[in-house]
Amino acid sequence: MSEAPRSMETVQKLKFYQKGTHTVGNRLISEAERNVQASIERSNSLTCGHRACQGCGEALGARYAIDAAMRAANNQLIAVNATGCLEVFTTPYPETSWQMPWLHSLFGNAAAVATGVAAAMRVTGKPQVRTVAQGGDGGTTDIGFGCLSGMFERNDDVLYICYDNEGYMNTGVQRSSATPPAARTATTPTLGTEPGNVFGTGKFVPKIAVAHDIPYVATASVADLHDLEAKVTRAMSFQGARYIHINVPCPLGWGASSGDTIKLARLAIETGLFPVFEAEHGRITQVRKIRKRAPVTDYLKLQKRYAHLFKGGVPDPRVARIQAMADRNIADYGLVEA
Amino acid sequence: MAVKHPYAITLDVGTSRVNHTGSWRTLRPEYVDRLPPCNAACPAGEDIQGWLSHAEAGDYEQAFRALTANNPLPAIMGRVCYHPCEGACNRAQIDEAVGINAVERFLGDLAIEKGWGFAAPDKDTGKKVLVVGAGPAGLSAAYHLRRLGHAVTIREAGPLAGGMMRFGIPKYRLPRRIIDAEVARITAMGVTLTLNDKVDDIEKAMTAGGFDAAFLAVGAHIAKHAYIPAAGAAKVLDAVSLLRSMEGEEPPLLGRKVVVYGGGNTALDVARTAKRLGAEEAIIVYRRTREKMPAHDFELEEALDEGISMKWLSTIKNVDGGVMQIEKMKLDDKGFPQPTGEYETLEADSLVLALGQDVDLSLLDKCPGIEIENGVVKVAPNMMTGRQGVFAGGDMAPSERTVTVAVGHGKKAARHIDAYLRGADTPSTEKHGLASFDRLNTWYYEDAPATVRPMITAARRINTFDEVVGGLDETNALYEARRCLSCGNCFECDNCYGVCPDNAVIKLGPGNRFRIDYDYCKGCGLCAAECPCGAIDMVPEQL
Ligand SMILES: Cc1cc2nc3c(=O)[nH]c(=O)nc-3n(C[C@H](O)[C@H](O)[C@H](O)COP(=O)(O)OP(=O)(O)OC[C@H]3O[C@@H](n4cnc5c(N)ncnc54)[C@H](O)[C@@H]3O)c2cc1C
Ligand code: SF4
Ligand code: SF4
Repeated sequence: MSEAPRSMETVQKLKFYQKGTHTVGNRLISEAERNVQASIERSNSLTCGHRACQGCGEALGARYAIDAAMRAANNQLIAVNATGCLEVFTTPYPETSWQMPWLHSLFGNAAAVATGVAAAMRVTGKPQVRTVAQGGDGGTTDIGFGCLSGMFERNDDVLYICYDNEGYMNTGVQRSSATPPAARTATTPTLGTEPGNVFGTGKFVPKIAVAHDIPYVATASVADLHDLEAKVTRAMSFQGARYIHINVPCPLGWGASSGDTIKLARLAIETGLFPVFEAEHGRITQVRKIRKRAPVTDYLKLQKRYAHLFKGGVPDPRVARIQAMADRNIADYGLVEA
Repeated sequence: MAVKHPYAITLDVGTSRVNHTGSWRTLRPEYVDRLPPCNAACPAGEDIQGWLSHAEAGDYEQAFRALTANNPLPAIMGRVCYHPCEGACNRAQIDEAVGINAVERFLGDLAIEKGWGFAAPDKDTGKKVLVVGAGPAGLSAAYHLRRLGHAVTIREAGPLAGGMMRFGIPKYRLPRRIIDAEVARITAMGVTLTLNDKVDDIEKAMTAGGFDAAFLAVGAHIAKHAYIPAAGAAKVLDAVSLLRSMEGEEPPLLGRKVVVYGGGNTALDVARTAKRLGAEEAIIVYRRTREKMPAHDFELEEALDEGISMKWLSTIKNVDGGVMQIEKMKLDDKGFPQPTGEYETLEADSLVLALGQDVDLSLLDKCPGIEIENGVVKVAPNMMTGRQGVFAGGDMAPSERTVTVAVGHGKKAARHIDAYLRGADTPSTEKHGLASFDRLNTWYYEDAPATVRPMITAARRINTFDEVVGGLDETNALYEARRCLSCGNCFECDNCYGVCPDNAVIKLGPGNRFRIDYDYCKGCGLCAAECPCGAIDMVPEQL
């Protein structure tokens, strides 16, 4: 080019988009560089005929994650499942949707059972067979939390994946310790002066997992498949305890349209409500930046569990508190490009 | 089953695939193709999204073939088309329109460089069609008629083919070797072109040549004259003759100070030509305002950049030697210019009138059934004139008078002439619904890798000056093509295949798109919501 090169600064300000960069596949790149989900060869570990609701984020997240783990483990993978939607909708006896070795024991002991499976593989001389444990937020953040922390603490060679849909959904949408403030559930009805779930309770398990200094912790979302698959693949490259927490919208429990599942997951990221990051050995190593920042109202308004915040057209002061939570995440994790 | 079941177990285990969850569905996803706004806006009816998709993959020859299925003149288009496609492009609502015209030019130039030609038709129909005039309308009709297997003869009055593209549009916007190359590609298909061969009487010409049909495309070449009293040795010329004489041996003499009267593209071309001929000052006098000027704003900008000056709201009352009386105008409530009675004088060596052109219709004098309205030939929706078998298009028919409209007329007429010759029904022109912006999920189209950006910004800047400066090189043409969102047409991004929680989308492999497995599709609508380009509709299930 004959003209003087533009300074990087002006260049960065210009926005140029390239076709399909964020899509599941991209016919313009080589087959090998594409996502597992773009391939006809994907293992479909969780196959059709399952009884999850229409537009279930958890069914989607589980196939995304397990298919990626299957590829990373050369299909030498055993899954242990906690009780929860994922277990119920995939394995109503005598049917199973799992096209891989899969075990279910109790609600709270998935991490411990997985520890045993991993040990069994080791002592029987099959170290190439890897183990994943999986559960919903109920089985992970509440009921199975002790076993999970123990597995972390012992640094057992298990990848634990939590599909967080923010409540006990298949039993009729009850609150869990992952249910966000103000959300309506069967046990946090929209009654009284502070309808919905209270502010200031609950826990964010990824942070607790990081505090165990285990090799790998990440959060991921069904709205960003590239990121999710990269994280599962990275997790599988470690030996020892690993934890991935995936945000999976629930059309039923959240009172959302079945076609909005991915949109909601996307908005959870873009508002800052769900920080997407990666940590190794107790330190945050990577943060996924917000691409197009959105106000929390964009996210809240799509869900009936928050409808009480928008009654009568008067802005409820609690919306500002939720916005403040998002802003705090943005500041704490550095979610917005400086 | 021979296998004995364990205690308290009565059923055989098996896959959940026996459970056909498709029965839950109330809405069903259906793959659709919608009409991209660029395609809808193209006067030549190009499938822009279609040819860009080949260019995106780096298959430029295929892109050229797909493009020329509708328009045989891409290198010309890429220079002179006013690209209404870009005005309609959905991407403009994200950042900037796709540089369609620039990619078109790249493909056109590459085709010339590589010598890509058009195949002669497999079969000849034995029908003969006469095309009168080798401007864009005539050339386009001849090309399409030939592709359909007809024997085509173009009779052209001028010494060279191209019409107003050669004798109007200045060289600095359209180099003549480009016209030559694109015309040669058409004649190489077996189209006969005879030059200096004016048709005076269409009836006679058809009988003498034994033609089964004719397409008239004689353009509009008679300069309109405003009555301006002139005295002394005033040098008054008209724009069409001036530009035409640019193609001759001797450049016209205009003097140091040139005034051009008019507000269209032609006025700008004349003023810019005058500058290039050495005039120190070129002034355009126009009776209305910039907003009301028919010329395109980008052309005006280019002219202003070149130092052309504008006198708005002014009419020329009379010319006396080198002095002109100018009356100031003002716009009335309806936006029409009205005289104010205020005068000023302007000195100039010459005055060029660029007030538009009329059609020379003398070849139709003896033709029965022809109707003339507003100085142009009336045509039916199938482009046929009042005379059976005689069709007309381009500037001589009702038209916006651009090269692209002329090409579109040529194509349309060719299809109808073909139907007429075969005694068939008029070809269907049913179109898909529009792929409007609200149908897109633009989230999936991302920023470019930083390394490409500096190059592309430079190229895009050049491109803003379109024809004055060079075209894109391969890297940035490819990049530009990849900016296309593929509005309304599946680009095999695998999103639907990926986002279905029920594995109910079947991938059929490259080029074959996808199929919904209705045995398992629960109708959640995620595929439709997450399809970036709006190629999936959710349709109520008949229950
Ligand atoms: C100065 C100028 C600049 C322009 N710039 C642009 C531009 O940038 N972009 C754009 O899109 N449009 C532009 N236009 C308009 C465009 O050139 C015309 O709309 C277009 O060329 C019309 O095509 P046509 O085929 O109908 O007629 P023409 O191009 O006029 O061609 C008609 C042909 O028929 C021949 N002919 C006439 N009578 C007879 C006869 N009796 N027998 C045989 N042959 C005959 C003529 O010699 C001529 O070759 C411009 C026009 C002018 C005047
Ligand atoms: S983005 Fe592509 S398909 Fe859509 S209008 Fe623009 S050029 Fe046409
Ligand atoms: S989601 Fe992608 S692959 Fe599916 S129809 Fe739309 S463009 Fe095609």
